[in-house]
Amino acid sequence: MGLEPAEPGTTAVKLLASPAVRVGISISIATGLYGVSFGALSVTSGLDFWQTMALSLLLFSGGSQFAFIGVVAGGGSGIAAMSAATLLGMRNGIYGMQLNALLHPTGWRKYVAAQVTIDESTATSSGQTDPDEQRRGFWTAGIGIYVLWNLFTAVGALAGSGLGDPKQWGLDGAAVAAFLALLWPRLKGREPAAIAVVCALATVVAVPFVPAGVPILIAAVVAALIGWFSHGRSDEGLEPDVDPYDEHHGRRDKNRDAHLDNQRDSHGDGHGQTGQAGA
Amino acid sequence: MNLWFWLLLACVLAYAWKLVGYFVPAKLLKDPRMSRIAGTLTIGLLASLTIVNTVASGQTLAADARLGALAAAAVALAFRAPFLLVVVVGAGAAALLRLIGWN
Repeated sequence: MGLEPAEPGTTAVKLLASPAVRVGISISIATGLYGVSFGALSVTSGLDFWQTMALSLLLFSGGSQFAFIGVVAGGGSGIAAMSAATLLGMRNGIYGMQLNALLHPTGWRKYVAAQVTIDESTATSSGQTDPDEQRRGFWTAGIGIYVLWNLFTAVGALAGSGLGDPKQWGLDGAAVAAFLALLWPRLKGREPAAIAVVCALATVVAVPFVPAGVPILIAAVVAALIGWFSHGRSDEGLEPDVDPYDEHHGRRDKNRDAHLDNQRDSHGDGHGQTGQAGA
Repeated sequence: MNLWFWLLLACVLAYAWKLVGYFVPAKLLKDPRMSRIAGTLTIGLLASLTIVNTVASGQTLAADARLGALAAAAVALAFRAPFLLVVVVGAGAAALLRLIGWN
């Protein structure tokens, strides 16, 4: 369990030795800091401080939040902003399915887990092969990003236009790099790369013709159709729990992987199906 | 006040999407086709989010400093740089390119 108390003193050392925790912390810092740009852009888009904070505290999904303020900034109506944000949040439902199968949260944990289910916590978790690591990665990234994202949203909202143009600091470039870094490790093999290219092209073609936010949904439909109609093997980086952070494990030997798979299969509760990344 | 209404509704619906996933029967994911779709969908969405953040500016396409950020990040990733460094490189490239006048 990622949240269980262990002997004092050894806990911190053990947790920092966990690759999932280290990935989670790096991602929390990288993503959390970007909250500054959301906060600043939000108040310059015409939302007030508490509206900005409500989006970060309650909605908590970067893409949807930016979509919401983007529509408002462009003069769109409240209902259009709400629709764009909601459609963009669809993928979090898919992530919820995956995470439920990976982590099996119970009771109140399920409701907390749902709130911190976002791109980054899902990627950190599904990037790990060991069930305990998957759990630690999810909670470290989820809670870490939640705390930092809200903290830095407040900083950005208070600094507001005083910060100047957030673009000056390259914050939009940071977002580009972050999404590419999340995508990159999934591009093992020809087929995932082809899917990425097709979806990227669909996005570019769609941008001028549909409202902001919709091109992403078109790409999602294209990707789902490819998944529905293709019959390829599902072990070439296409399974949801492909390992995006291979470098943190170093070179993995086959014996260890086989051992881990046996462990997972012995749980007999679905891990055998969903936990075969890297096998 | 009107904006508050839509804002809070967006928050409720965002949480609903997230929570619904946790209550979908696990059987559905065991279906090989479903887990395949979850995989292709993740790749497709991440590719789309990357490209939207790179070239989209509202409803217009723009070739600006973000392209430099994308290229710099790709180079960093090819050299197996850790996530945080990749993000810093992306931000640095965009900021630098703007400093020297490319948008």
